[in-house]
Amino acid sequence: MAEVLVLVKPSQGKVTKSTLEALTIARGLGEPAAVVVGEPGLASSITDKLGEYGAAKVYVAESDEFGDYLVTPQVAVLEKLVRDGEPAAVLIPSTQEGKEVAGRLAVRLGNGVLTDVVSLDTDGIATQVVFAGSTIVKSKVSRGIPLVTIRPSSVTPTPAPTTPSVEPVAVALGEADRLARVKERVTEAKGARPELTEASIVVSGGRGVGSADNFKLVEELADLLGAAVGASRAATDSGFYPHQFQVGQTGKTVSPQLYVALGISGAIQHRAGMQTSKTIVAVNKDNEAPIFELADFGVVGDLFKVVPQAAEEIRKHKA
Amino acid sequence: MKIVVLVKQVPDSGAERNLRSDDSTVDRDSANNVINEMDEYAIEEALKLREAHGGEVTILTMGPERAAESIRKALSMGPDKAVHVLDDALHGSCALATSKVLAAALKTLEPDLVIAGAESTDARGQVLPHMLAERLGAAALTGARKLTVDGATLTIERQTEEGYEVVTASTPAVVSVWDTINEPRYPSFKGIMEAKKKPVQTLSLGDLGIDAGEVGFGGASTAVVEHARRPPRQGGTRVNDDGEGGVKLVEFLVSEKFV
Ligand SMILES: Cc1cc2nc3c(=O)[nH]c(=O)nc-3n(C[C@H](O)[C@H](O)[C@H](O)COP(=O)(O)OP(=O)(O)OC[C@H]3O[C@@H](n4cnc5c(N)ncnc54)[C@H](O)[C@@H]3O)c2cc1C
Ligand SMILES: Nc1ncnc2c1ncn2[C@@H]1O[C@H](COP(=O)(O)O)[C@@H](O)[C@H]1O
Repeated sequence: MAEVLVLVKPSQGKVTKSTLEALTIARGLGEPAAVVVGEPGLASSITDKLGEYGAAKVYVAESDEFGDYLVTPQVAVLEKLVRDGEPAAVLIPSTQEGKEVAGRLAVRLGNGVLTDVVSLDTDGIATQVVFAGSTIVKSKVSRGIPLVTIRPSSVTPTPAPTTPSVEPVAVALGEADRLARVKERVTEAKGARPELTEASIVVSGGRGVGSADNFKLVEELADLLGAAVGASRAATDSGFYPHQFQVGQTGKTVSPQLYVALGISGAIQHRAGMQTSKTIVAVNKDNEAPIFELADFGVVGDLFKVVPQAAEEIRKHKA
Repeated sequence: MKIVVLVKQVPDSGAERNLRSDDSTVDRDSANNVINEMDEYAIEEALKLREAHGGEVTILTMGPERAAESIRKALSMGPDKAVHVLDDALHGSCALATSKVLAAALKTLEPDLVIAGAESTDARGQVLPHMLAERLGAAALTGARKLTVDGATLTIERQTEEGYEVVTASTPAVVSVWDTINEPRYPSFKGIMEAKKKPVQTLSLGDLGIDAGEVGFGGASTAVVEHARRPPRQGGTRVNDDGEGGVKLVEFLVSEKFV
């Protein structure tokens, strides 16, 4: 069976859910081979997890210098593996860095590229949801092999345990790979909440929340549900919540099991980032708010009354 | 410093957008066509650099005839001139071909710095800036929320899932920016008047030495097989808060097993 390369996206020494999703999709096309690119010691701590989700092989490219550069080490390794091994496809989690790796790799290989793919058929036909969730497009790479980035939360990762063989890959970076250098990586404390794009529940607040201080209400409900916190652009632009939690056209695309929108009107650009959520719940005091057009359950009311009451109910339910 | 800003004309993301039924390209006839929002931040960043360090700002657009409106709009913010790559053969070009054309145009302009938006609202690819850096052999400093320039040294801050990264490079470089980087200025009346007189050079594929077969549908590396409107989501139950709204909300969550 042909090999399907899956670029592993690690985060703080762990395999991200988006990687496990890509491995799950890869199994539909061939035999998944995970590609780990990073500083020495990274692969050994994650090989078991990759095997659990069906990686028959783990390619390991490790070097002290890889951490100094963005994108180019991954590109160099994937380029070599594609040229040497004739894989059936290359799958990359669709994060900012993942898309950049894919773009650069496409130029090096003269290969077409498709981003934010939500599913991939055995014949390489990729499905994308575009224009704020309003249109479904099926496309294919017509030059080269399917080189696609997989949108987070497109599938539920399912285990398929194997014991992977580990194969080292030696790649030396060229001059052009070293043009931009990472001077510093700053980790910001983010507490115990799940990653926004990976969470199965997201609770978001909008302009209606009114202030940064009031966002505690959104966080409280999120924590009771084990959810990640999101925000509309109006909320991030007003400084109520940090920008990296913005959901929508210019923010993150989320597709959780449950999305709770508090004080969010539901502008097209916000919907663009949450429309494919399985279940949507909204609280808004305006009966005409467009968010209600897509909410499975809506409460027309003041969020400052509804949310504390809901929090209290959940506590009672849990007790 | 010689700066080129990449500006793409896109259909307004606040209104309904469609793909054409005949050739699956973006339906520009039925849309309100505007400057890609992130590119306004790229223009602003270039203008700020010109104010601080001197130099020249050129707008570069590849797009159909009507993209000229967006070029004038961009110029009204303050850039010096523009280049419009315009050729009927470009219709249907994929990202790979677009990057080839823009890279060829950039080679004629020899900029120290190329500034792009981090992504376009229609394609949402985030792929172009790195494609261009690769083709030009320039450094890529992408996804910037902050840019500082010290002589020929550029430093950006880039948001990550875990925090942020500080990345540095020397010119020539391609920088792409998010909306967190600045607040774009509005064109002044004077700016709008001046923009009408600013030079806009039109380049064809022939001018760039690119064969028509390398771009458009013929040269495309990806192809749309089919597309369809997604049925709009149906709203479900809606209750008015009569004092029990929170209770009812939790009843729903319990019935769906979220609690
Ligand atoms: C190119 C472009 C990209 C964009 N990208 C994004 C994006 O990524 N994400 C995004 O979110 N937006 C984006 N926007 C902005 C978008 O168009 C909207 O302006 C934004 O989503 C509005 O945020 P909001 O719903 O929080 O605010 P508003 O539209 O002001 O809505 C606030 C809502 O809160 C309700 N409310 C107020 N007080 C209460 C209360 N006490 N209790 C209950 N309800 C209350 C109001 O009834 C109202 O419906 C983009 C716009 C453009 C042009
Ligand atoms: N046809 C084009 N003409 C000029 N700039 C473009 C074009 N297409 C993309 N760009 C630039 O590349 C950025 C990223 O685009 P994309 O990779 O399509 O998300 C945009 O914000 C623009 O700055």
